Amino acid sequence: MIPVLFGISIIVFTIVHLIPGEPSDVLLGQHSTPAKVKIINHKLGIDRPIWIQYFHFVWDALHFSLGTSFFSKVPVATLIAGRLPATVMLLTGGLILSIIIALPLSILAASKRGGIRDQIVRAIPVVGLGMPQVWVGIMLILLFGLHFRIFPVSGFGDNFPQHLRAIFLPSLSIAILLSPILIRSLRTSMLEIMDSDFILTAKAKGIKQSRITIVHVLRNAVIASVTVLGINIAYLVGSTVIVERVFVIPGSGSLMIDAIARRDYPIVQGVTLFFAIAVVLVNLITDLIHAALDPRVVIK
Amino acid sequence: MKKNNTLYIGIGILSTLILAAVFAPLITRFDPVEQDLMDTLANPTWTHWLGTDAFGRDVFSRLIFGARLDLTIGIVAVALPFIIGVSLGLITGWFGGRFDAIIMRIVDTVIAFPFYVLAIALVFIFGPGIKSIIIAISLVGWVAYCRIVRANVLVAKEQDYVHAAKLTGLPVSRILRRHILPNVISQAIVFSMSDIVLSILAIVSLGYLGLGVPVPTAEWGSMIQEGQPYLLQQWWIPTIPGFMVVIVGFSLSLIGDGLVKRLER
Repeated sequence: MIPVLFGISIIVFTIVHLIPGEPSDVLLGQHSTPAKVKIINHKLGIDRPIWIQYFHFVWDALHFSLGTSFFSKVPVATLIAGRLPATVMLLTGGLILSIIIALPLSILAASKRGGIRDQIVRAIPVVGLGMPQVWVGIMLILLFGLHFRIFPVSGFGDNFPQHLRAIFLPSLSIAILLSPILIRSLRTSMLEIMDSDFILTAKAKGIKQSRITIVHVLRNAVIASVTVLGINIAYLVGSTVIVERVFVIPGSGSLMIDAIARRDYPIVQGVTLFFAIAVVLVNLITDLIHAALDPRVVIK
Repeated sequence: MKKNNTLYIGIGILSTLILAAVFAPLITRFDPVEQDLMDTLANPTWTHWLGTDAFGRDVFSRLIFGARLDLTIGIVAVALPFIIGVSLGLITGWFGGRFDAIIMRIVDTVIAFPFYVLAIALVFIFGPGIKSIIIAISLVGWVAYCRIVRANVLVAKEQDYVHAAKLTGLPVSRILRRHILPNVISQAIVFSMSDIVLSILAIVSLGYLGLGVPVPTAEWGSMIQEGQPYLLQQWWIPTIPGFMVVIVGFSLSLIGDGLVKRLER
């Protein structure tokens, strides 16, 4: 994990230094004079050697100091913290909804291999994985927001019940893209487990089929799918950037897109770093959960 | 022998789309970027099959010309990381050692980044445009191929036929090219099918965010974005480009499954 965090810090640092144009140009605009540029560069520490700049960047990041926005002069860490609840709610909602969608469908498919229900469920990933995130969002807006008028088409609301209502469609759009992946892995591992000896034993003991499916098969299949979820976490987190844009949700992803439009470098840098580290941590947590659920797995 | 229908259906759908994209000027009657401000947001008619957008541009023409752009970038943006990833996978898997360790740490790091966040940051650096999208997708995409090929090389290099090739004194480059590569590449090829879908999805998403191909060039992502405000009047403008992506994804998915079946035989 340490080499990965080191790699992340280097990539983020490099990205910001590769951005064409000087920060002083953005900050001063037309009022740029060589003297002012020099003052700004000194203030931002850009006149120091590159490795010292890197050291300062890492040192600050370790202290949760991600710099200050060029425009609002608010610390980037504060900005991210303010936008975080929306993103976390969105991700949690997406995760819960995809489990609600994926579990029954994969049980249905695995209950009879090759049957008509299995065929239909197997077709879901084939179509589902090719859908653009933006498009799914817009289709949901069209159907539930404009046609049936059940949910708001954009925004985040002012209080918790309103938040919940507002993030339902965005979360659903995440779930529609995540559940095909889950369905595929759950179905495969359920079918695999059904062929194993302990299921035969359970059947021979006369345990009810529904109990076998839920207690014996599903439990083990879910354990295998936790890893699949972990692998897809990075992609999932990245897709919130797009979902937040489609539904105009004030989350950390839209913070980044807005910052890009205004060339507010510290925010772009801070959000990128934050997202990457969050993914590393979530991966660590899924590994721990996997180990807790499956006694055969040992964390090195 | 069972006929491999999935493969042929997939290839059939995809080649139809590619043909339409190649012969776009022959199929369409209008210039995809030509504006007609007297005839905006028109409903479908015999002249404008899918109506016109807010600038009076023919939606059907934009759709077909968009296919040109999205399919080309999608395929090119996969070819590059395919070559880089497969080569690096061969080298790291075969030689191991310090080079392998370094490359694997880089792979772990790139995987840790949320794809869209990294892609957006990279496009931000290189500036919006086709070249930037291809660079961004390539810088992220090679990782998967490197991992797949490396894992297969690790298995293959312990096989008897490779030991035999070594004993006959063949040079390493020849063993890698003639003995290892043909045996490890199939999984990478199958993955590249779903990877093309992923890269088209990325192009569409970046286009939607305004970081893709600059306007007014016809591109599915920017069509979706430009159509969103008129969702109530003209639901089909943002709907149909997305539907095209689904069809492309569907056909590539069929081709991928078909290839797996064919390789298993």
